[in-house]
Amino acid sequence: MSKQPTASRPSPGSTGASRVAELELDRVTVRFGGLVALSDAALTVRPHTVHGVIGPNGAGKTTLFNVACGFVRPDEGQILRRGEHLTRLRPSDLPGLGMARTLQGLGLFDRVTVLDNVMIGADRHARTGFWASALAWPTSGREERALRERALGALAELGIADLAPLVAGSLPYPLRKKVALARALVGEPELLLLDEPASGLAADEIDDLGELVRGLTDRMAVLLVEHHMDLVMRICDDITVLDFGRVIAHGPPEQVRNDPAVLEAYLGEDV
Amino acid sequence: MQQFINTALGGLTTGMVYAAFALALVLIWRSTRVVNFAQAPMAMVTTFVALAVIDAGFSYWIGFAVALAAGLVLGAIMERGVMRHVQGKGEINAVILTLGLFIVLHAAAAVVFGNDFRSFPAPFGVRGIEVGGRTVALTGFGIFTIIAVLVVMGLLVALFRFTDLGLRMRAAAFNPEVARLLGVRVPRMMTLGWALASLVGSLAGLLIAGGSLIHPSYMDSVVVLGFVAAVLGGLDSPLGAVVGGLLLGVTLAFVSGYLGSQLVALAALLILMIVLMVRPGGIFSTTAARRV
Ligand SMILES: Nc1ncnc2c1ncn2[C@@H]1O[C@H](COP(=O)(O)OP(=O)(O)OP(=O)(O)O)[C@@H](O)[C@H]1O
Ligand SMILES: [Mg+2]
Repeated sequence: MSKQPTASRPSPGSTGASRVAELELDRVTVRFGGLVALSDAALTVRPHTVHGVIGPNGAGKTTLFNVACGFVRPDEGQILRRGEHLTRLRPSDLPGLGMARTLQGLGLFDRVTVLDNVMIGADRHARTGFWASALAWPTSGREERALRERALGALAELGIADLAPLVAGSLPYPLRKKVALARALVGEPELLLLDEPASGLAADEIDDLGELVRGLTDRMAVLLVEHHMDLVMRICDDITVLDFGRVIAHGPPEQVRNDPAVLEAYLGEDV
Repeated sequence: MQQFINTALGGLTTGMVYAAFALALVLIWRSTRVVNFAQAPMAMVTTFVALAVIDAGFSYWIGFAVALAAGLVLGAIMERGVMRHVQGKGEINAVILTLGLFIVLHAAAAVVFGNDFRSFPAPFGVRGIEVGGRTVALTGFGIFTIIAVLVVMGLLVALFRFTDLGLRMRAAAFNPEVARLLGVRVPRMMTLGWALASLVGSLAGLLIAGGSLIHPSYMDSVVVLGFVAAVLGGLDSPLGAVVGGLLLGVTLAFVSGYLGSQLVALAALLILMIVLMVRPGGIFSTTAARRV
């Protein structure tokens, strides 16, 4: 029997670094009072892949996202980012960890321009300390301009640069979804969490979205929750299926599609 | 005619002070959804600090600067040390707590600084300036008041509109959850919001004190008027607070000048009631409140 080091993190610069999971949830349990929203849930997001989380309503998908971004502390279990334990994860740590998330409800600042909405997300790279930015604000014009440039770049990438000066609340829903996505992308995350990115979109918009998400994988890994089965089967490399807070199946799309447990959970639905 | 102009000018000057005080309330309301009843005694304490500095032989301006700095620090201490611990535990708790702070600061000031009236210096003349052989009711200190408040407002607008820090503060105020996701340190923004508000409140306190007497309760009447001004503007809008303050100042000056000064408090409450009935969201509310 060989002696195994018990260190919880891989040594820096180890050759397998690029294969270390972008995100790993290990036996995560979340209880809300008597309700068990997640029970021993586990998943692994590999670098440069799209990982889908599916399941019926109330299965615990959003809760799983909330654990991954620090809104909810799990009662049991671990969260690992590139092999490192995130023990006291707070949402405001996400940009620093190279993560970004979109919300089911978008969460745009409605009375603020599209550009300003995206600029808030661009902060990760402009992070000067609190006091530095508090004291130096009259002279930080160059930094402001750099932020602005990057925000405009993110909007241009999604083909909505012309919306920059408009007030976000005035836009139709599909465009607001794009703004929310641009805001998540502008921080150049290496792990992007999308909660129901296709909901409320028309068929051709969903196709575009699928292509866009696939195109992101050369820069980042994507974890997404989605009800739209066609889209999930088409763009995901791995799928995790939740039902009543438990992982009932995981694997590549063709395997999950034919899993009897999944068929049962989705009884009557076309998987 | 001359009385009209003098009344308007006097109203404009006091209106500026109400505006500053209302602005302080609005800054805290926006960042933490708390109506800060302790705003007046906080300003009072910093004014006494200024007086202590001036009495120690320093110039008015050093006292002025020290008081503003003390306001900044006091605001941060209040948020960090006290208000943060009741955040998210029911909105009424926080408001009651600020009422408690009101009493505590009063008592503490009476103990530390004494309960007497003391005169506070003014850096400029407090007699009307002469225009074309006539004296107008605009004093040197009045002009200073107007300029000081305008400068502070300009700086705040620049901060909120044109800087990244201001953008983060607005994000934290409008939607703290989302702001956190985007990496905004929401608690820090709240501390900063309180600190800035307290600084603006201190300015109002210094401007009221200039050339007159101070006492631990010299700011108390401004609480009501500043609150009315803030509500007139909709509580959420810094610009609304300023316009509300000016409107209130000028209106009350005319009430006092033409109808009698004993009617001022009544008029203020009347204005408040009318606005709340006709435009519940304040004069500047853009969306009509709809009840179903
Ligand atoms: N903060 C909370 N407090 C109490 N119960 C909660 C909370 N958040 C979620 N739940 C419950 O946990 C369970 C899982 O909810 P969750 O939102 O994670 O499901 P979901 O899979 O995202 O559903 P949907 O597909 O409808 O978005 C549900 O029964 C829900 O009512
Ligand atoms: Mg959900």
